[in-house]
Amino acid sequence: MAVNALKDYSFAPADSQDKFHGNQLLYVGWDEHLMFCAPFAYCLPPDTRFGDLCQKFMAHSFGYHPEWKQVDFSKVTWLKSGQPFVPDMDKTLAELGLGHKDVLRFRTPGLTGIAGTCS
Amino acid sequence: MSKVFIAFQTNEDTRPIIEAILADNPHAVLDEQPAMVKIDAEGELVIKRESIEELIGRDFDLQELQVNLITISGHLDEDDDQFKLSWLN
Amino acid sequence: MDMHVKKLGLKEKYAHMTRGLGWDTTYQPMEKVFPQATFEGIKIHDWEKWEDPFRLTMDAYWKYQAEKERKLYAVLDAFAQNNGHLGITDARYLSAIKLFLTGISPLEYVAHRGFAAAGRNFPGVGPRVACLMQSIDEVRHAQTQIHAISNYNKHYDGFHDFKHMLERVWYLSVPKSFFDDAFSAGPFEWMIAIGFSFEYVLTNLLFVPFMSGAAYNGDMATVTFGFSAQSDEARHMTLGLECIKFMLEQDPDNLPIVQKWIDKWAWRGIRVLSLVGMMMDYMLPKRVMSWKEAWEIYFEQNGGALFNDLARYGIKVPECLTQCSVDKEHISHQAWATFYQYGGAAAFHTWMPNDEEMDWLSAKYPNTFDKYYRPRFTYWREQAEQGNRFYSNTLPMLCQVCQIPMLFTEPDDPTQICYRESEYKGEKYHTCSDGCKHIFDDEPEKYIQAWLPVHQIYQGNCFNEGVDPTAEGFDPLAEVLKWYHLEHGKDNLDYEGSRDQQNFQAWRGMATQNT
Repeated sequence: MAVNALKDYSFAPADSQDKFHGNQLLYVGWDEHLMFCAPFAYCLPPDTRFGDLCQKFMAHSFGYHPEWKQVDFSKVTWLKSGQPFVPDMDKTLAELGLGHKDVLRFRTPGLTGIAGTCS
Repeated sequence: MSKVFIAFQTNEDTRPIIEAILADNPHAVLDEQPAMVKIDAEGELVIKRESIEELIGRDFDLQELQVNLITISGHLDEDDDQFKLSWLN
Repeated sequence: MDMHVKKLGLKEKYAHMTRGLGWDTTYQPMEKVFPQATFEGIKIHDWEKWEDPFRLTMDAYWKYQAEKERKLYAVLDAFAQNNGHLGITDARYLSAIKLFLTGISPLEYVAHRGFAAAGRNFPGVGPRVACLMQSIDEVRHAQTQIHAISNYNKHYDGFHDFKHMLERVWYLSVPKSFFDDAFSAGPFEWMIAIGFSFEYVLTNLLFVPFMSGAAYNGDMATVTFGFSAQSDEARHMTLGLECIKFMLEQDPDNLPIVQKWIDKWAWRGIRVLSLVGMMMDYMLPKRVMSWKEAWEIYFEQNGGALFNDLARYGIKVPECLTQCSVDKEHISHQAWATFYQYGGAAAFHTWMPNDEEMDWLSAKYPNTFDKYYRPRFTYWREQAEQGNRFYSNTLPMLCQVCQIPMLFTEPDDPTQICYRESEYKGEKYHTCSDGCKHIFDDEPEKYIQAWLPVHQIYQGNCFNEGVDPTAEGFDPLAEVLKWYHLEHGKDNLDYEGSRDQQNFQAWRGMATQNT
């Protein structure tokens, strides 16, 4: 619905991709691991390899968790906007069709967080 | 019937006001909390100028209540003689 | 000779001193003088039907407000003269006051401007006078809060630059965006947003149990400004309720518009109150009541009574509120966990609750605390004791509407973060809940402009001038903190080991001993 206003009401989005200096936003959340209070926001070049996302950027963010070392990426399942997503570790974000402000969730079967409480 | 309430700061000004409210509204319940007093009542609560004047021994303007008032719940109807809170449903 | 001077009764006096002051313009047509009165679609046929139940006129207003000020400043003097800051339970308490000063006091000032604007934009005399008084009240609240809290600024960290921080610091965008959203709407929506949802439905939760908590924690200054402000709130709440009734009674076409605003602003207010929930459950060393208990008294019972009453106009309880009875057992824990892990970028100290506090939380939250939160918090505490204190090192994803990190869980599954997504003109937008998604989808054009702190940092807009983010060894967090005017190691991080902790202990020791 249009905004009720006294004059024409039309604005550019504040966060379009062109404002991120060649990078794109990508959000990643680890299901059943709420020790990390919210999904993380990454600002990465579209040619970032998915393997680097996992092993470099996500490892940096999620590495504090005692279960991170047990994460086996060959068994991890992914959701993109809630739908199943199968990445290829050697392909880039762009090649995998991951666009600006896409959101990924990953699940690690068998790992249930601190004391099994999804923390 | 829903509850209405009124809360005042706990101090010497409000002591007789609270006493008057409780006397005029036998169904009201007093809830004392740190630094404040809350009075809950089913349906309605009436504060009467005359009752307060009798206890403090001077003229009282019901608008003086505002100085120590913390919060109210319910529709308010105020005139020179009474300050009434109520829910219509 | 007998003098029979009849004093005007309250109702007559009110009629003369409000209605009697109004006039219709003649040089310019009324609709050009009051353009904002109609564009929102609210139809008003007779402004004379507006009632102010307090029937307060300006002469009485000044008299009683002056008395409130005299009382307040007498207490503030006593507080300063008697080292009142050493009488608080524990300097951890001051984190709550820092959050109050940075997150709430500046909003009082925005409310002052907003009500001044609403008073200007309404053609009716009744609401104009009421908005004028509320506008003056709100600037009084901002000033008295700043005065009262300035006493703490003399002794403790984090109080030094609230005005600068409001427009920059990530979590302050939450309350700021709430008020920006309301202020950029028309005067009727403003009245529902602030006058009704915020003042009537929610302000009790902020000022009443929290201020009583300040009293419980020995903070004479805050209790006094809090209750002094709250004494005005009773009038504000009445104005908010009156405004709703007035709109609904004026024209049946107003109902769907009013309902939409109530739904929106109840939800937006509830999201902002997550901060208050955390203040009550975690930041007050001595607790008065839990967030859940306060919610039950002031929202479920009191809000329930209100909605029962408004049902006669056809108003329904906002749908999004059904999930609040679940959320009330979670949000304070989820919010504190968030500040704990992002405590490196907060302008106050954080900590994990001690054993006694965890037991209190277990008792108050028997369904959730031990099951979902205690193990997490215990783990963090143990790690901190081993020198491995948890600080999140990556920025979180934020909700496009409430701007809170996406920390809220699904209403039917407290182990699953709630993700909601919308698309508008080819761009994706993420929200934290059905409530926020609904608000976004209704007015996407408004929320696509949101100044989301995380995205702004990534765009490079949150560093001081001259800083080069591409330079070797660039430390983004350090640079953002400088831009916030937040001194790393003093204003942020853990309470344990902070200057506040050390100073409070040392000064309290000096106050009770001679050596």
